[in-house]
Order: sequence, then structure tokens, then C-alpha cells
Amino acid sequence: MANKQQQTEITTRHVNVYYGAKQALFDVNLAFPKYQLTALIGPSGCGKSTFLRCLNRGNDLLGHTRVSGEFQFEGRDIYDQAVNVMQLRSQVGMVYQQPTPFPFSIFDNVSFSQRMSGEKNPHKLAAIVEKSLRQAAIWDEVKDNLQQSALALSGGQQQRVCLASVLAANPKVILLDEPTSALDPVATAKVEETLQQLKANYTIIMVTHNMQQASRISDQVAFFLDGKLIEFNATKKIFLHPQEQMTSDYLNGKFG
Amino acid sequence: MNRYRVNQIMTGILNGVTLLVVLFIAAFILYLLASGMTAINWRFLTTSSEVGLGIRDQLFNSLYLLLLTQLISLPIALGAAMALTLYVDKRSKFASFAQGLIQILSSLPSIIVGLFGFLILVLKFNLGFSIISGALALTFFNLPILTQSIAVSLQGVPDEVMQSGLALGISKWHTITKIILPEAMPGIWSGIVISAGRVFGEAATLIYTAGQSAPTLDYTNWNPLNPASPLNIFRPAETLAVHIWKVNTESLGQDAATVSRGTIVILILVVLLFNLVARYFSTTMRKKVGR
Repeated sequence: MANKQQQTEITTRHVNVYYGAKQALFDVNLAFPKYQLTALIGPSGCGKSTFLRCLNRGNDLLGHTRVSGEFQFEGRDIYDQAVNVMQLRSQVGMVYQQPTPFPFSIFDNVSFSQRMSGEKNPHKLAAIVEKSLRQAAIWDEVKDNLQQSALALSGGQQQRVCLASVLAANPKVILLDEPTSALDPVATAKVEETLQQLKANYTIIMVTHNMQQASRISDQVAFFLDGKLIEFNATKKIFLHPQEQMTSDYLNGKFG
Repeated sequence: MNRYRVNQIMTGILNGVTLLVVLFIAAFILYLLASGMTAINWRFLTTSSEVGLGIRDQLFNSLYLLLLTQLISLPIALGAAMALTLYVDKRSKFASFAQGLIQILSSLPSIIVGLFGFLILVLKFNLGFSIISGALALTFFNLPILTQSIAVSLQGVPDEVMQSGLALGISKWHTITKIILPEAMPGIWSGIVISAGRVFGEAATLIYTAGQSAPTLDYTNWNPLNPASPLNIFRPAETLAVHIWKVNTESLGQDAATVSRGTIVILILVVLLFNLVARYFSTTMRKKVGR
């Protein structure tokens, strides 16, 4: 455990993000330990999703956005000119708030990234699909209907199929932007259970609005407010002995 | 009078107005079909207008012109719609300028498009009254309609789909061609077919571009350079809609009314068929996509 904690997967320093003239993040420094689940919490508009999107250069897609700071990942800076963005995004996968399966079968959804990068061998693809669906804890529910359209599944199932699609791309880091806020409690519990199992092999960074969720499944919590990182600590410490008054006020529901 | 009563009365009036519109259209179409049905027989469909007062060549010309028009306009419209919805920043000046131009072009009266085609294509480029002049003029008429309907279908695909495609490490081009286009396909298809209906029934654009004469065609002649060949794109070609206009303005005696009514029936039936096909496409493809 101690050894694992020393290894960091992504280290960010002095991160500033601007949307046009408006500054969304102020000098954020965060290091994400390998094989742990870090939760980013804070009220709406505090910049936590903006920060998350920086990590796979998702802000590049929005336009009018300027990002500065250091993002060390795998010995390189994520924003380095030489970085292949497509390769980066397959290593740092992202699951969105709304499940967004593609309009074709479950099998084709999960195997999509592999097929797009040129994998044609049907046995290999089938093996990858099965492994990914098992990891996302949805294999038993869909194994007999892999040719069914992914859009016909329930929201919770769609979200886990999306997770499987991300896993099939062979990532090292998985980013999740409020992955359960559109799901019912049963589906939420399933996704949470899945994430706890995935921690063994992946570094997970998750934005959540749900304090109970953060306390249940995360190892670290980073609390954001008004674009600033207020406090970053082990989950237990944050919830039991927050160092900052603002963190304590937020967790006690005094604002948010 | 209380508000419940007002509500009831207004609902009744709105239903009544709807019924009136439906009845009017149904009666109009039924009248045209009933009065023209007697003119239609095998001979009418299989002889040329010069020999047997038939519309064989006009029907072929209409379909051939439609095919050529769609072949020319579809790649342009698809490219323009993709650029405007998926590539160009929607808030940019260029995007709103282009949108404005497309809207102006789509509301241009078709006779203006026809006269423009006559000046530029028939006279300036010396293409004469020909299928190619007609097809190019129809492309001007068709492009804005087709571009807009394709753009609407592409906009109907949620932005998140593009984001999650890119977030998987897939290139923008692959995300568009493998995910967004297939998802927009039902809408694109019905846009194509509906625009085909409008192109098929278009007369004003063609009077001064494809011409008003239909030389008798030899359907065994497949040499596209021969003037009698149906494939020749440099021959004049009167279409069904132009035929209706010409028969009524030149009135070829007693048969004129019969020929005109028969042609109207064929034109309506083909356009109706297009619309049915469009519906079939969009429902079955939507089922396949799963939405």
C-alpha cells in the first residue's frame, strides 16, 4: 500500500484554464496516485469537470478555451506538441454523465476502438469484447444479446457498456464525469461496485455530486470551489477532519 | 363563459380546421386522379408524344434528369452540410454568412433560377437546351433544400456522440463517417427523397434550360453521344411537368386536355411514391439504428 501510494499516474502543476476572458481554474496542483480512485467534488460551476476534461484534452474540442500548466503523464506533458491526441485519449478514457452508446450493436460498440485502430481478427475482437464487458460487470446481462442495439438497453446497462468500450481501448486512466447522476440507485450501486473492482488495474478519477458516493468508493477527495482547489486529502480525513472551514461547511450542506 | 367551455370550443375549432385542410387536399388529389385515370393506358405510357400522344420519353426524361441532378448535388450538399455542422465553428461569421446565403438561395423563385440557367448555361457556356443544362440549373434549385435537410439530420445527432467518439481516441473523420453519418442516415435519406419529389415536379427551372421538346428516343441506342440515345446529356429533354405546361399553353386540340390530365396523374403518383418511400426508409432505418 505504502509503495503504491508513492507512485503517481498523473501530476498536474499550476493549472489555469480560461474560457474566453473568464478564468475557470486558478493554479491547481494535484497528483493522482496510481491504482486509486480519486473523487473531485464541489458545487456546480466550481471547475471540477473542466479540470477532468483537461486530462484527456477534452477542452480542445470546445473551442475558445486556453489551458496552461504542467500535466505529467507517462513521462511526458499531455499538452506537449509531440503528443498524439488520439493515442492519449485511448490511454486516458472518459465516461460521460449521459450514457452515449453508438447506434449499433453491443459487440460493435465495445469493439469499436480496436476496430478503428485496425484490429480485424474476429477471435481477438471477441476476446476483447468479453473481457471488457466482464470488467464492466455487464457480461452476464448481455452475453446472449451481443448483436442487439446498445440503444435498446436500460440507462444503467448503457453506462456500463460505455465503460466497457472505454476499457476495450486499453486505457491506463479512466475519467468519469458524474457517471451515475442519470441512473437509478440500483444501477448506481452496480456501477460503484464495478469501479471498486477496476481500481486494481486502473487509475480512476471521478467527478461526483454525490457526497455519499465519494465517501463510499474513493481513496482521495479533492474539493474545488470557485475554480480553486481548496483541499486534497485521503477520503477519511476529508470527511472526518477537514482542514479547511470551507470544506467542512460544504460537506455539512451549508452551501452548494 | 367559463374557461373549460372556451377550451372545449377552441379544441373543436382546431380539429375542425385540421379536418377541413385534410378534406380539401384529399378531394383535390382524388379529383385529379379520377379525371385523369381514363387517359392512362398502356399506349399512353409506352409511346412517344409525337407518335402516339404518349409520355414515355417525358417520363424517362424526368427520371433521368432527377438522377443526374441528385448525382451532382448530393456530394456537394453532403460536404457543405458536414462542413457547416461538424467543422466550421457555428458562432463564426462565416457560418452565419453561409447559412444566410443558403436560405436566400432556397427562397429564390424557380423561374429566376431557370432564366439564370438559360443565360449562363444555355447561352454563355453554349450547352444549348439540354439535359446537362437542366440538371445544372436544377442543382441550383436543389442544393439549398438538400443541404438544409442534411444539416438538420446531422444536428439531430447529440454532441455527446461526437465527444465520446473522440474520447475513445478515434479520429474525427472516423467518428463522423462511422458513427455520426450512420446515425443521421434515416434523416438524410428522407431528405434526399423529399427533395427528389420537388425536383421531379419542377417546371419553371427547366422550361428555359432542358427545353420544351422531346425528340423521339431510341431505347436500343446506348451510345451516349448519339442524339437519339436516351443517355445523351446534350439533347433537349422535356419532362412531365414541362409537358403539362406546354400542352396547356399550346393546346394541341381535343387531345390536349386528356394528355394533360393523364400526365398530371402520373406526376402525382410518382411524387406520392417518393414520399411513401421516404417514410418507409426513415421508419425502417430508425428501427435498425434503434432510436
